[in-house]
Amino acid sequence: MEKIVICTVCPIGCNITVREENDELVITGNQCKRGLTYATNEYLHPVRILTTTVKVHGGDQVLVPVRSAEPLPKELLFSAMDLIRDLTVDAPIHRGDVLINNILDTGIDIVATGEIKC
Amino acid sequence: MQRITCDVLVIGAGPAGLAASIAAKQEGAEKVLIVERDESIGGILQQCIHPGFGLSYFKEELTGPEYYARFADKTLELGVEVLLNTMVLDITDEDVVCISAKDGLSIIKAGSIVLAMGCRERTRHQLTIPGSRPSGVFTAGTAQRLMNRENAMIGRRVVILGSGDIGMIMARRMTLEGAKVIAVVELNDYLAGLTRNKVQCLDDFEIPLLMKHTITDIKGRKRIESVTVCEVDANNIPIPETAVEYPCDTLLLSVGLIPENELTHKAEIDISPITNGPVVNQYMQTSREDVFACGNVVHVNDLVDNVSLESERAGQYAAKYALGKLKKREDVIQAQPGRNVRYICPQQIVNAEDGGEINLYFRVAGPEEKVRILVKTGDKVIVQKKALRVNPGEMEHMRFDAREITSPDLTVEVMKEAI
Ligand SMILES: Cc1cc2nc3c(=O)[nH]c(=O)nc-3n(C[C@H](O)[C@H](O)[C@H](O)COP(=O)(O)OP(=O)(O)OC[C@H]3O[C@@H](n4cnc5c(N)ncnc54)[C@H](O)[C@@H]3O)c2cc1C
Ligand code: SF4
Repeated sequence: MEKIVICTVCPIGCNITVREENDELVITGNQCKRGLTYATNEYLHPVRILTTTVKVHGGDQVLVPVRSAEPLPKELLFSAMDLIRDLTVDAPIHRGDVLINNILDTGIDIVATGEIKC
Repeated sequence: MQRITCDVLVIGAGPAGLAASIAAKQEGAEKVLIVERDESIGGILQQCIHPGFGLSYFKEELTGPEYYARFADKTLELGVEVLLNTMVLDITDEDVVCISAKDGLSIIKAGSIVLAMGCRERTRHQLTIPGSRPSGVFTAGTAQRLMNRENAMIGRRVVILGSGDIGMIMARRMTLEGAKVIAVVELNDYLAGLTRNKVQCLDDFEIPLLMKHTITDIKGRKRIESVTVCEVDANNIPIPETAVEYPCDTLLLSVGLIPENELTHKAEIDISPITNGPVVNQYMQTSREDVFACGNVVHVNDLVDNVSLESERAGQYAAKYALGKLKKREDVIQAQPGRNVRYICPQQIVNAEDGGEINLYFRVAGPEEKVRILVKTGDKVIVQKKALRVNPGEMEHMRFDAREITSPDLTVEVMKEAI
């Protein structure tokens, strides 16, 4: 299998080709080492930081912005969204508060990125 | 009517205003005041809940709210004063007039002023799409505010016009919320925003990006019902035979931002016809000696990290001015855009013989590959670098010392590399 990965580590945006040959990855087109790591991860297990909002009850705002504390496996983004969408939390909320612990058994928390007062 | 005096007055509490106020304090200005029309600080970053901020400034990937929080904490710590819910109406020769529901009119006398009002979105009126004017047409930034701050789901079947960053970010946001984004339509043959956003917001969700296409008609009576998309020819004229009608209930416009320059105009400060923001020198000082400017009010930035750096300079020099420590400007050199350079910011360098680090930010006019970027004075090349790819959507940057400017001219040019 062969896949073209556009490196997003720096603005140059190399088009990196990842090819599997005899159980080994052959990576070409990267201009630096960081691209090698990026392309390997992107090919084997792509991950993304998930950001969205959570409904707030009794706060000065109706929504609190949240993120996954660490990047989540890309294929889990929609399932994670389904869980987060159903959640309502009570004010006050502080930046960094864990709103969902260990989402989808990934070991990764969903945390608040904003502050909500009562 | 209230009368207030301060050393440095900052207008706007977005990332630009916050960074400027911190730097002004650190430079020794005693009373630094920020006036902000919104009910809270953070500016546009309050609605930018997505990641991608701080990669160069903090060397980690933060969301918008996390990014501004770091600056907000610092402003509080240093004792910067903030007037919220207060809008600046006018900057006169003597003072600044602002208004709030609580205090009515206030007159502020400041040693120096920093403009940090950010930018606004271009709207459909500034473009010209034929067709009816049903509801369901939003600028991408308005859609972002409605969804991220007010919990409104604005539509289910979406077409996005323009490949600007906010439009691409909203494509991902709406997809994750269960909407179907049919396509992003871009007139040019290059991306308006960052490649990173195309990869993570469009490619990840298999959202088609139609380059060299435009919208030629909008249909719908009350709510938008469809848009017609056409390919365009080399002169950007739609080709009627290529027309496809896409049913949709929402159209987002992501067709660019322009500096919020009303106050700048009123203050009779020189405005660049290309950036639509004030002309500034390396101290971020405008044509009015006591007025400095930074962030999107000067030129639209794609990375907030650059805004923070530039704004620190504005705050630092505004404080120097207020404290009587900034030398009069002499020997003004204009930075000239050369081949394939659309604009340069700062546009002017003053007192070059005194030295100091110069950071020239600029955008290319068109995309190109395998180029060499040169900064020249007279016949001398001051700095140069190779670039594999340049794109109008990604701002470029060159750094050197002012003492290197040995002739009364300065040019930035992008040349094709001889192979
Ligand atoms: C929707 C959007 C998405 C973006 N996404 C990214 C991204 O992913 N990564 C990245 O690095 N950068 C991103 N950017 C760019 C970055 O956020 C901006 O460059 C940065 O926020 C600009 O900061 P600013 O302080 O100049 O403007 P703003 O944040 O707009 O702040 C201006 C402030 O001035 C206030 N104001 C205006 N007029 C007045 C007045 N007359 N009186 C009082 N107050 C006034 C406004 O209320 C506002 O709070 C994005 C920008 C936008 C618009
Ligand atoms: S491979 Fe290296 S040079 Fe190329 S885009 Fe990635 S980080 Fe930048």
